[in-house]
Amino acid sequence: MTADPATDDRLPRRGVPLIDGVEKVTGRARYTADLDHADALVGRILRSPVSHGEIVRLGVSKARALEGVFAVVTGDDCPYTYGVLPVAMNEYPMARERVRYRGEPIAAVAAVDAETAERAIHLIELEMRRLPAYYTSAEARAPGATLLHDDKPGNIEREVHHEFGNWQQGFATADLVREEKISCAEVNHAQIEPHACLADYDPTTERLTVQSVSQVGYYLHLMLARCLEMDASRIRIVKPSIGGGFGARVEVLNFEIITALLARSAAGKVLMRLSREETFLTHRARPQTDITLRLAMRRDGRITACTCEVVQRGGAYAGYGIVTILYAGALLQGLYDIPAVKYDGYRVYANLPPCGAMRGHGSVDTRHVFECLLDRMARDLGLDPFAVRRANLLHAPTRTMNDLIVNSYGLPECLDRVECASRWHDRIGKLPDGKGLGMACSHYVSGAAKPIHWTGEPHAVVNVRLDFDGGITALTGAADIGQGSSTMVAITVSETLGVALNRVRVIAADSAVTPKDNGAYSSRITFMVGNAAIDAAKKLKAILVDAAARKLEARPDDIKMVGENFCIGSGEQASLSFAEVASAALVDRGAITVSGTFTCPPDAQGGRHKGGAVGSTMGFSYAAQVVEVSVDDATGTVTVDKVWAALDCGHAINPLAVEGQIQGSVWMGMGQALCEETRYIDGLPAHASLLEYRMPTIAESPPIEVHIVESHDPYGPFGAKETSEGALASFPPALVNAIANAIGIDFNELPVTPDRVMEALIQRRRQARLASALKAAT
Amino acid sequence: MHASGPQSKGRLLKLKLNGRWREDVVAESELLVDYLREVARLTGVKIGCDGGECGACTVLIDGEAVPSCITLAARCEGRHIETIEGLATQGRLSRLQRAFHEKLGTQCGFCTPGMIMAAEALLRRNPTPTNSEIRAALSGNLCRCTGYVKIVEAVEAAAGQLHDR
Repeated sequence: MTADPATDDRLPRRGVPLIDGVEKVTGRARYTADLDHADALVGRILRSPVSHGEIVRLGVSKARALEGVFAVVTGDDCPYTYGVLPVAMNEYPMARERVRYRGEPIAAVAAVDAETAERAIHLIELEMRRLPAYYTSAEARAPGATLLHDDKPGNIEREVHHEFGNWQQGFATADLVREEKISCAEVNHAQIEPHACLADYDPTTERLTVQSVSQVGYYLHLMLARCLEMDASRIRIVKPSIGGGFGARVEVLNFEIITALLARSAAGKVLMRLSREETFLTHRARPQTDITLRLAMRRDGRITACTCEVVQRGGAYAGYGIVTILYAGALLQGLYDIPAVKYDGYRVYANLPPCGAMRGHGSVDTRHVFECLLDRMARDLGLDPFAVRRANLLHAPTRTMNDLIVNSYGLPECLDRVECASRWHDRIGKLPDGKGLGMACSHYVSGAAKPIHWTGEPHAVVNVRLDFDGGITALTGAADIGQGSSTMVAITVSETLGVALNRVRVIAADSAVTPKDNGAYSSRITFMVGNAAIDAAKKLKAILVDAAARKLEARPDDIKMVGENFCIGSGEQASLSFAEVASAALVDRGAITVSGTFTCPPDAQGGRHKGGAVGSTMGFSYAAQVVEVSVDDATGTVTVDKVWAALDCGHAINPLAVEGQIQGSVWMGMGQALCEETRYIDGLPAHASLLEYRMPTIAESPPIEVHIVESHDPYGPFGAKETSEGALASFPPALVNAIANAIGIDFNELPVTPDRVMEALIQRRRQARLASALKAAT
Repeated sequence: MHASGPQSKGRLLKLKLNGRWREDVVAESELLVDYLREVARLTGVKIGCDGGECGACTVLIDGEAVPSCITLAARCEGRHIETIEGLATQGRLSRLQRAFHEKLGTQCGFCTPGMIMAAEALLRRNPTPTNSEIRAALSGNLCRCTGYVKIVEAVEAAAGQLHDR
């Protein structure tokens, strides 16, 4: 299982561009909406106008009778629930009897053109009986509240109560105990490509082909088979280019199943393109979260215990909710050495679009609160923020109290790097008024060690193929969603084989051709698929070396590669070109396909406690960052002047892509910290456009200086770990800590918008005036 | 939503598209983005929002960067429209395309065509822009992957090449 680190450093250490980059910069890359749809019908969805209600009557006959309408489907056409966790599938693609959020699909049509489809939608007759609706966790949990799901008392989807170590003693022996309640707004992935799906049903062969924006084609495949009652062998899922995911497309989404239902009903091809507003309604992002965290600390900064309560407003259906609330507790650990932890988590149903997985799944908001509290306690004790982190470091290899394994741990070096690069000690406390520095740390899994669907198969499979032309084709089910995973596969295969990068072609995510993959989630691809790719390439290399040895009449051990040539010794006596060796390898057997696999061993798959699998991974990435801010006390605007971010990714397989992922994740953390927030008015999204959902533009995005730390994980591919998620979670606390450093105010709400800053500044001025008035009076 | 209705009145539209004149019948209400994607099949022009929010559909009209999703096709009579598909010459990437590719100014690639076209308009009118001029020129184009750092680097690199010539 252990992969050898790359010994041959032929690729430039700055990294290589994406193998599909030219397609993207020339506009040739085809995204779902760009696929040939000349003969496709246009799909449209009727959505619920109320937040919570019973469907009294749904009349579709007028819509069906409209000329140009080829299919109308409703909840009656699909009596099967779908979802991601086998234990929590409580959602229908279209509502049956009851709707639970405004915008929930109720019916759909496929028609010759968009205008006809929209007219048909307006002809559908809908009568609803309203039920009480709840838009906050507190309202939904209040005694007597109507239940969204009859089997979930108190509107609690899942409660988690975990205790590790003697936390009572930890609090009793501490020098300082401090508690904070912090609220983090709901945010959205807001990937730039709106959702889209193209489904093609052939009634003669009874086959369905679906091209969609999914990050996990395998889940889509499973759910289509379930919801359409089809034999999975008659379904093909093909991934076109995908315009970003960030977790939005990990779960199967209602419109994907609806498009397939329409295609089958119309016996043809249907293109469904969701508007930006509908893309926001489909949601599945990071929930609004209230966190109460209590930490106990010794005078020297050593943490002695931690208790944490997390309440997540999860929206109307289960989705990934159970996993999210488990992650929020599990990843309290794995970053620092904490001797005792008590965690209480509540995932709450509310009448809003369902939440799901988003970059840094479950870990971001709790990490934010933890890192803010660490800083405040450091201040209370007169300690430096770096010193407090250093007082609590882990020592790899180790196992945390909740049975997470830590095999490599580059956090100390991450701390050193950003401390030095930001000239922290020269500058902290010496900056002009309104300017400040803050820091924080974070971590994230390199793939969930236990797959959601336990089938006994390897956790990743990659096939590598060699044919007469000498071309090497890597076949992977892993979905490249822009993160560069196909490029990673090409590099690992070419490096292992010792061939030029452009000899390797990658075909990804077509269920008819590529081996099943568990998908692009939990930053699993580099670690798992990378290891499987290396395994396959090693097997192919052994075949090539044997063929070269036969041809050169030498022992395989004596064969060496110089460039792409196979030689004995230095190559002066005898040398074969790659083409000659490939031809020799094909004698008698023809085209070669080898299969490489990777599986996380059982002892890496988490503890035995309930929910113990969540958070378990073969390797954590580690991050530290310093943020420099300016706060304008006239407008409340916080400007991020500079970010120094260090990430331990084990080994940078493609340093250029690693840098890009770190910058992107840090920046996404900045959006959540400064301006991003979904807001609802009576369940109606008030943020459902890219103008109202306020993301930072290029004009307000800071320089992000990246420091790559390589701890060489013993199990990672060439020592690599994840790089796409770990750095996000340290931005929001580093920012809030920097603001506290700049203006002396601690913010307990995210995002820190100008109005929140102004409100805090005004309140402080008012209190100061009041204090001086009182002083004058006495 | 984006396609024009059958009842819309048609008209003849003559324009230059990526250097070639062409004539098509379009509806008066047809948006330029739909004309480019559905009629001319130039799907490098992307739709990322419900109108004028994201810049993914940016094209050049007589050299000026314009969001094609809030422009009527009929308003382009006699004008020169350039899309991402027109930038590479005989398979050779333009300076901006090469820089976006090599510097990783593109990740998922969905905003990339619009971003490159906006940058192209900038470099034509200002071959040596400052960092803040680049940021101002691209502030109508949203990217969700890169944090913009490598986009700025890509435009600076392309401008450097231009400057060297």
